[in-house]
Amino acid sequence: MDLAFLASTFWRLIAALPLTLEVWALSVALGGLVAMGVTAARVSGVAPLEAFARAYVFVFRGTPLLVQLFVVYYGLASFAAVRASLFWPFLRDAFSCAVLALALCTAAYQSEIFRMALAAISQGQIEAARACGMSGFTLFRRVIFPIALRQALPAYTTELISMTKATALVSLVTLWDMMSVALKIRNDTLVTYTPLLVAGAIYFALNFLIARAAAALEYWLSPHLRGRPVAVKVADVL
Amino acid sequence: MSPLDALGFGPRGWGPALLEGALMTLLVATVALLIGAAIGAAVATAKLSGARLPAALGDVYAAIFRGVPELLIIYFIYFGSSGLLTSLGHALGREGFLGVPPFFAGALAVGAISGAYQAELFRGAFLAIPRGELEAARACGMGRWLMFRRIVAPQVVAFALPGLNNLWQVALKDSSLISVTGLTELMRAAQVASGSTRQPFTFYLAGGALYLILTLFSNRLFDTAERRAERGRRRAA
Repeated sequence: MDLAFLASTFWRLIAALPLTLEVWALSVALGGLVAMGVTAARVSGVAPLEAFARAYVFVFRGTPLLVQLFVVYYGLASFAAVRASLFWPFLRDAFSCAVLALALCTAAYQSEIFRMALAAISQGQIEAARACGMSGFTLFRRVIFPIALRQALPAYTTELISMTKATALVSLVTLWDMMSVALKIRNDTLVTYTPLLVAGAIYFALNFLIARAAAALEYWLSPHLRGRPVAVKVADVL
Repeated sequence: MSPLDALGFGPRGWGPALLEGALMTLLVATVALLIGAAIGAAVATAKLSGARLPAALGDVYAAIFRGVPELLIIYFIYFGSSGLLTSLGHALGREGFLGVPPFFAGALAVGAISGAYQAELFRGAFLAIPRGELEAARACGMGRWLMFRRIVAPQVVAFALPGLNNLWQVALKDSSLISVTGLTELMRAAQVASGSTRQPFTFYLAGGALYLILTLFSNRLFDTAERRAERGRRRAA
């Protein structure tokens, strides 16, 4: 293994990093929006909406992401009606299909995280807020949201990390992300370990940064729990 | 061909191929979970040992296998082990490429990932055993092995089962990625069928439905196992 090859591999992989990050950011954000809708349906108290939310979570968490990605990318395109529709320019594009599939999948996981966070808010705090005269949006903004955010953070970090890992699947629908570039280098040079190890190191660094940022945010959001510092190990946050 | 004929069990139907794929998925995921249990137990022991170096190695292992994409790990172990085998073959005078069977490489990769998560699960389960019970066992004169068999193992299994159910589902879903090595499990079977019938929507949907059925079926099994493992425990309600 020579250093020149290592360096060229690294820079070629870094050149593909923006696509990986774009897929990640767009699908996490879009998934978050969908998740809010699913969570709202799940706690709405309206039976058909709740059943829908339950079914959504069951289906998207119970099947592999790869299946979902292929249904969206290869499956939908096989219908003439879809190809003739208004959505075709969108569904023809591998990038938007990948973002859509990843977003729908993470939405199921994120909505469960949101639901758990809401469920963890004690009734007493809501009653206290009501007794102070808060209701509706003020109650949500001042009491429910901050507590839920703090509650959801650890599980949400785990989900963000598993989404970084999930972006590698877009290499299977013709996109040139880090994973496919690493495989291309392997194919061209017949060097097995270096490209995959370097790509793995970059993915790991990304996840490490996400974990550290989340740990810092968690520290900042919990001033009331400080005073007993706890050492955070890498293995615990990943 | 109508979607129903394509999915069916007739002469040109792909039903049997999909079911065989589902069986292969079940098999490879089960082997992966067992490999993961062995790795997880070893890493948990290292972490609990109190010795600095083994504990640090366990942490590094868990961090790496949880922080790197599953697909990359599968490629790495598949290509890497084949490369290793090929150079070993060259050293022994065998020419050409020697491939590791996709089943073993895939099960090892998914198992290595599962092991990183199972380690944490087992560690937590061990720490949940009341210390007094271990002291009592020692006071009764039990040796390490007897104490492990009678006191530790049954409780670790009972505490870990709900988490193990989750990790089983993860292994089941991760096993779909082994399709990239050419192993004809459920995902690959759906791919082949949709390629030759040109009905990708039908077959990927059917594949997804089979994964859901496997999930439901295994949920049942785990529920039964949990009830059995908890039979000696008094409940508050």
